[in-house]
Amino acid sequence: MFWAMLLEAIRAIAANRMRSFLTMLGMVIGVGAVVLMLAVGEGTRVTIKKQVDALGTNVFIILAGFQSTSGARTGSGSSPTLTVNDAQALSELEGVNAVSPVANNYLQLVAGGQNWNTMVMGVNQEFFTVRSWEVELGRPMDELDVQGASRSVWLGQSTAKELFGNIDVVGRSMRLKNVPFTVEGILASKGQSLDGRDQDDTAIVPLTTSLRYLAGNQFRGSIRMLMLQAKSAEVMATLEQDIRQLLRDRHHLTPDQDDDFFLNNLSAVMASAEATAKAMTLLLGAIASVSLAVGGIGIMNIMLVSVTERTREIGVRLAIGARRMDILTQFILEAILVSLTGGLLGLILGGGGALLVQAVWRTSVVISPTSMVLSFSVSAGIGLFFGFYPAWKAARQNPIEALYFQ
Amino acid sequence: MTSVIETKDLKKTYRTGAGDLEVLHGVNFTLQVGEFVAIMGPSGSGKSTFMNILGCLDAPTAGSYRLLGEAVKDLSPDQLAYHRNRYIGFVFQGFNLLPRADLLENVALPLLYAKVPGPQRKKKAMELLDRVGLAPWAKHRPNQVSGGQQQRAAIARSLAVNPSLILADEPTGNLDSQTSDEIMKLFIELNDQGLSLIVVTHEPDVAACARRLAKFHDGLLVEDSPVSDRRRP
Repeated sequence: MFWAMLLEAIRAIAANRMRSFLTMLGMVIGVGAVVLMLAVGEGTRVTIKKQVDALGTNVFIILAGFQSTSGARTGSGSSPTLTVNDAQALSELEGVNAVSPVANNYLQLVAGGQNWNTMVMGVNQEFFTVRSWEVELGRPMDELDVQGASRSVWLGQSTAKELFGNIDVVGRSMRLKNVPFTVEGILASKGQSLDGRDQDDTAIVPLTTSLRYLAGNQFRGSIRMLMLQAKSAEVMATLEQDIRQLLRDRHHLTPDQDDDFFLNNLSAVMASAEATAKAMTLLLGAIASVSLAVGGIGIMNIMLVSVTERTREIGVRLAIGARRMDILTQFILEAILVSLTGGLLGLILGGGGALLVQAVWRTSVVISPTSMVLSFSVSAGIGLFFGFYPAWKAARQNPIEALYFQ
Repeated sequence: MTSVIETKDLKKTYRTGAGDLEVLHGVNFTLQVGEFVAIMGPSGSGKSTFMNILGCLDAPTAGSYRLLGEAVKDLSPDQLAYHRNRYIGFVFQGFNLLPRADLLENVALPLLYAKVPGPQRKKKAMELLDRVGLAPWAKHRPNQVSGGQQQRAAIARSLAVNPSLILADEPTGNLDSQTSDEIMKLFIELNDQGLSLIVVTHEPDVAACARRLAKFHDGLLVEDSPVSDRRRP
């Protein structure tokens, strides 16, 4: 029975090819738009997550405060409020996994005939844990490097390529501010950061080395930035309070004084970025849904026309024993078939569009199976919903009136 | 033995804007198994309304109608559909075949609604087409065959579920006299095999093929008598 009805529906659709195609077009555009939006939205979300993950998970960034001299504020880190000792104290807090001071300097790197300007980070050995950054070639930084201020450098892959032409350069020597260094390791690739910087264009040296040879600091033992990793996401909230309290105590701040440091929770940054991406996806999805609804109305309209055109046929079917349910099923099946075919074409169109977006704008898109199943079932649902009224109208026809309809 | 059809004081009133209009004023009519009745009457005499009620397409306003001994009253639309499907075969003036389906599928359609499985439907429909001499045209669509062939296919369709009764409404109205004779020959043949038939017609030649003639006038059955000089084309 089902197959006979399906065949009947295919015939009815094929009998009015142009009309059926135009009706489907509404669904094609609607489903295509939804699939495209979901793919781009999901792609954005994944990109953000990847970038934030690249910064390290459950990470706090603590920046030194700013100075205010005769009205001109000099920016965070310009006041010597954070010290290496603060880092030491923070590492003893409950829930802290790793802490590293970070001293950034833009310097000219020289190796053989090549030179290259990049950011040189002075850190301790825990920095690699905080940033979840592996050393791909060579050895990791250890405590001895930091204690002895060794002239060792770990290069990002982009920097290594700029200086040496390849990344297989462990053991080679180079110069920073005319001080000879040995390349001890090459870092694993991290890709782009949230603001589009190439994170692989960097060089890492021990903090002590940085302070001694590369960037003298007017305040001894002071640092501009600390990176801290919590043991788990659950302790982030408590830890944030503990860090603030500890630093305020150590800096002898009275309750009415503001913090003399900035405490940033990267998970919160990620959460807000994700929320933005999600809101964007929802908004675009809502707009796309409108076209789906319009497509559905198109189906309903054409099905009503079709029911009127086939009034006599309905009369004949009723006369030879079709029950109302049989008529209802037949017309709903036809509506679903139209919307499903349209949905399927839309899926292909939307998927193709997403790949085009990826190719042209170089943003990543993700066509998830969920979005495919979703759009497929939504188009079936639209066929059912918008096909119901015309089908119901067909099924409740009076057999005599239908039979003698002119 | 139960009559195929038995009506007692059958009345039908239509509600119109100008008030109630009674088109059947109380018809008593009985059809025994194997009978072949022609119904005649001018337009507006109520014969079509009577046929619609007999065909379970419409319900009487008053009086009783028994189909194979069962009262057809207060039946739901689906129950009426069941009766139409199982007990009655319809033949229309305009053939009323589905234009997009081939003859085989048209003949098999009542079997679809009787929930007969696909292969059996095809087999039975093919037998019926063969019986009306249309086996070679099974895969043709209605607009690819002649009017006479379409009507024969429609008759094959009406026979699909082995009904107790065939109701034919002006079956020769759209056909020339030679083709009409072929159709009537087929009806007589079916009747000789024991099938009960009612044919509505305004052609005396067609009516003369029946065994019994019933005449309607102004909503009443005014004459009901055996055909004395039966014609066999």
